[in-house]
Parts: sequence; structure tokens; C-alpha cells
Amino acid sequence: MGVMLAVFRREFVTYFVTPLAYVFIVIFLALAGTLTFFLGAFFDRGQADLQPFFSFHPWLYLLLVPAIAMRLWSEERKIGTIELLLTLPVSTTQAVLAKFLAAWAFTAIALALTFPLWLTVNYLGTPDNGVILASYIGSLIMAGAYLAVGACFSALTSNQVIAFVLAALVCLIFAVGGTPIVLEFFTGWAPAGVIDTIASLSFMSNFRAIARGVIDVSALVYFASVIAFFLFANVILVDLYKAR
Amino acid sequence: MIEIDRLCKRFGPIVAVDDVSFSVARGEVLGFLGPNGAGKSTAMKIVAGFLAPDSGRALVCGLDVTEHGIEVKRRLGYMPEGAPSYNEMTPVTFLGFIASVRGFSGIEKHRAVDRAADMTRLGEVLNQPIETLSRGYKRRVGLAQALLHDPEVLILDEPTDGLDPNQKHEMRTLIRDMAPDKAILISTHLLEEVGAVCSRAVIIARGRVVADGTPAELEARSPNHNAVFVYAPPQTLRTLAPILRELDGVGEVEVGDDSLCARPREGCEVYDKIQVLVRQRNMLVSEVRLERGQLDDVFRAVTTGEALTGNAGAKAAED
Repeated sequence: MGVMLAVFRREFVTYFVTPLAYVFIVIFLALAGTLTFFLGAFFDRGQADLQPFFSFHPWLYLLLVPAIAMRLWSEERKIGTIELLLTLPVSTTQAVLAKFLAAWAFTAIALALTFPLWLTVNYLGTPDNGVILASYIGSLIMAGAYLAVGACFSALTSNQVIAFVLAALVCLIFAVGGTPIVLEFFTGWAPAGVIDTIASLSFMSNFRAIARGVIDVSALVYFASVIAFFLFANVILVDLYKAR
Repeated sequence: MIEIDRLCKRFGPIVAVDDVSFSVARGEVLGFLGPNGAGKSTAMKIVAGFLAPDSGRALVCGLDVTEHGIEVKRRLGYMPEGAPSYNEMTPVTFLGFIASVRGFSGIEKHRAVDRAADMTRLGEVLNQPIETLSRGYKRRVGLAQALLHDPEVLILDEPTDGLDPNQKHEMRTLIRDMAPDKAILISTHLLEEVGAVCSRAVIIARGRVVADGTPAELEARSPNHNAVFVYAPPQTLRTLAPILRELDGVGEVEVGDDSLCARPREGCEVYDKIQVLVRQRNMLVSEVRLERGQLDDVFRAVTTGEALTGNAGAKAAED
């Protein structure tokens, strides 16, 4: 436990030692705001909720979360510190978990910094704060799933750009799985069961289930399984590819 | 303290480590020698628990490195090749991180960091980002990290590579000072290092151990071991050469422009005889020198499989 805490702390602090954290937070907040107010027509809707804000999160994360995750293992491999880290009394599983949690904690901070939007809706009207809280929780959990995918692909290569592109691609597949673009492609020839499965495997539909305001157990189980699966793959890939 | 038994490791078609066995006891500094790509680093990575061997086993303090990985890593200090460290950190935060991972906290942690920083003399740069440090200091940070928990077993992959002569000297002094109560394994491709710090050397080539012995034993395998060099004007050398060829115990005599080299037969010492002979005949020579043998020659011979000349060569070829 102490070992994981040490790795977690180092990883978390590193975000703030380099400009990465500040650049990321600024871009995240700017994009979140822009999407909410312009594309989401926050004011024109005339409703006191954060639905336009949250509905863009799957797309926002698609771009930004792989950017946080890409350095987790690629960088260690590139500069050789992976050899240092894994010859300390730390198991690969502990290292994978600690790094993932550090990145997740960092996204949590970025997400928490969107609180002025929450203040705004509360100033303008009387939103259902329960729904907003559920949406925040759902968004954070979904970010965890994106991160797990990103961390996993980061372990595959010492090139951060490749790690980013692969992670973004796989995240895209997970994100759009439930959208009409994909589903229409299957309707007409695939059995309904298959279409339902594809839809249920999408980040988007599961996020929507949580964001409705009821903590949907199946959606939670879904995100937890995605995170567990990719972290498990992450451990295997780190052990497999650590020697280059 | 370190026991390596028939270790093998391949990467695809390449055999990096092929049936390597040796051991390092407490108080010993074992120099692991070999040309680049000979498999030194791979073998060290296996002992440090970074890579798993394909077959064979490595024991550290009696514990198998694959079965008791974490326990072994606790007892072992390892500096990977190039001494990688987290560049954005400062030495003091970096060492603090290593100390936390190694289970130190509070005052103990400070003490451990201070001790390691003192030993490696990091004093002036403790608060500078590691990426701004010179190569010598970066190497010291890497060493400090390996020493932090005062491990019984220390593995250093090319500790002096890329350092200037003063830094090399410091690094070697440090290694020698720590030697009595630790088992130390260092790799190098610098032969001078072996004489300077190692109590024993293992030479490895193409993944196999080709020589194992004390520096003196290895020198004895040189073709020029115990050869006598006589420096004199050319006409003196011409008269001297046939006389030496007749001398008891002298094997082969090679005449050069301003010197000649007399190699003894196996097990013979001819230096004193030649000294006496030269003095008796009142020959005009500038120097009579006994050659102990160059490690370079031995190294080249055993790592390239080049045939050695002379008696000592025949001995090496038998091995």
C-alpha cells in the first residue's frame, strides 16, 4: 500500500511539475465551455440543467484523455526508467494501478474545475442537483474507462504519438458503438440481439444511463469491467514489452 | 550472495545469454566483462529481476529471483545501464521517492536520502532538476538511488561509462570502499577497470562465459605473460637474439627494430637469467623489462576466438 502511494504521488506530482497539467486543464475547460455554450446552445434551451455540458464529454475525452494517458508507460520505456521502476520492490500490478489512479485523480481535478458551470445553472434556475452529481460521477467513471484504454496502449510502444493515436482509435470505437451511425450499419441484416449488444457496449449509451440521474448498476458494472479488462491487459503488456 | 546457475535467455532467434554460471560472494567485486552486445546487461537484468530467464536460475541472498521477486528487489541495489532517472525531478525528490518505495518514512527517510547523497557527493546539486545535471552527476544520482537502502548486493551496469578520468577515479574509489561488506557485480568493457576495482573478472562473449578468474590469473593467459623485452641498438639485438634462443627456458624470440621479445616456455621464468646474461656479456642495453601480460590481449583473444601465440596461448586454447 505504501509502495503504491509512493508511485501514485510521484506520478501525480509529475503532471504539475511539467506544463502538461496546466495546458491540459486550460484546454479542457476552454473546450468544455465552448461546446456547452455554442454547440450545446446552453442559453437558448432555456432549461436549468447541465445536459448540454455532459453530452459532449464522450467526445471531449476522446481527444484529451489519451493525451494524459499516453505518457504513462511510453515515457518510462523511452527513457529507460521502466527498468528502474520495475526493479524497485514494486509489482507490475501495483505500478499499473498506481499510475492509472494518479492519472484518474488528475482528470478528476480537471473535471472538478468545471464547477463554475454548476454555479451558473444554480444561479440561473433551480436544476436537479442530484442529476448533476450523478452526471459528474458518471463522467468521471467514463473518463476512467478512456484512461484504462490509453494506459494499456501506452504500454505497447515507446512512442507517445503512436500510443495516443491507437488509444484514440479504440476509444472512438467504444464511444460511437451506440450511435446511430454504427447501429444503422448493422440494422437490416444483423439480428436484433447483436445490435443490442453493440449498443450496450458503447461508452455513450452507458454514460447516458448514469447521467439520467439514476445510478444504473449495469452501466457501473460495464465501466468497471472495461477498466479492469484494460488494466489487466496493461499489466500483461508491460511485462511482455518491457525489454523492448 | 549472488549465484547464477546455467542461465539462458533468448530474444527470438538471438541467444543473449547462453548457459552462464558464476557466483559472487560477500566482499567480492566481480567485473563482468565483454564486448558490447555480449549479453552482460541481459544477465544483469535477470539478476535484478527485470527480465525472467528462459531456463536456469539466479539466486540473490539464497532467494530465487523469479519466485521471490519482490523480496530480492528489497535486498538488492541496481543501477541500470545509463543510470536512468526521472528527469523532471530533483535529486532530493527523486531519492525521496525511491526511499518511500523502499519503505522509509519520516526521519529515517531523510537519513537514508542524506546518507546516499553524501556518499555520492551530490551536495551542491540536490535541488536542481536532474535533466540539467552533467552526465557525471546523473550517474551519481543513479548510484545514490542504488545505495539508498544500504543493500547487501549491488549490481551496477557500466557505472563509469562516459565519465571523465576524475569521475571514474571517484566512482572506483567509492566502489572499493563499499566492497568489504557487500557483494558487488559491475559490468564494463573497460579493462583498466578490472585491475582498478575488481577482485575477480568474468569475461563473456556471445552470451557465453569464456574466462573466469582474478585479474592476475587472466593476465597470465596473455601470450606475452612473463615475456622479457630487451631494448637496445639493432646490432646488439642481432647478437643477442641467437644467444637467447639457446638459453634454457626461452621459447620463442622475436626481434623488432629497437627491441626484442623473448617468450618463456610454459612455467619458466627467464627474466633473471636474461638480466644476468646481459650483464655478464657487458652488452649495451637501455632496458630489460618483464611483461606481466596485457588484459587487452586476453580479452581480444577470448572474445574473438583469435588464436593465441606462444605457450600461454596454447594453455588458453585448451581452456
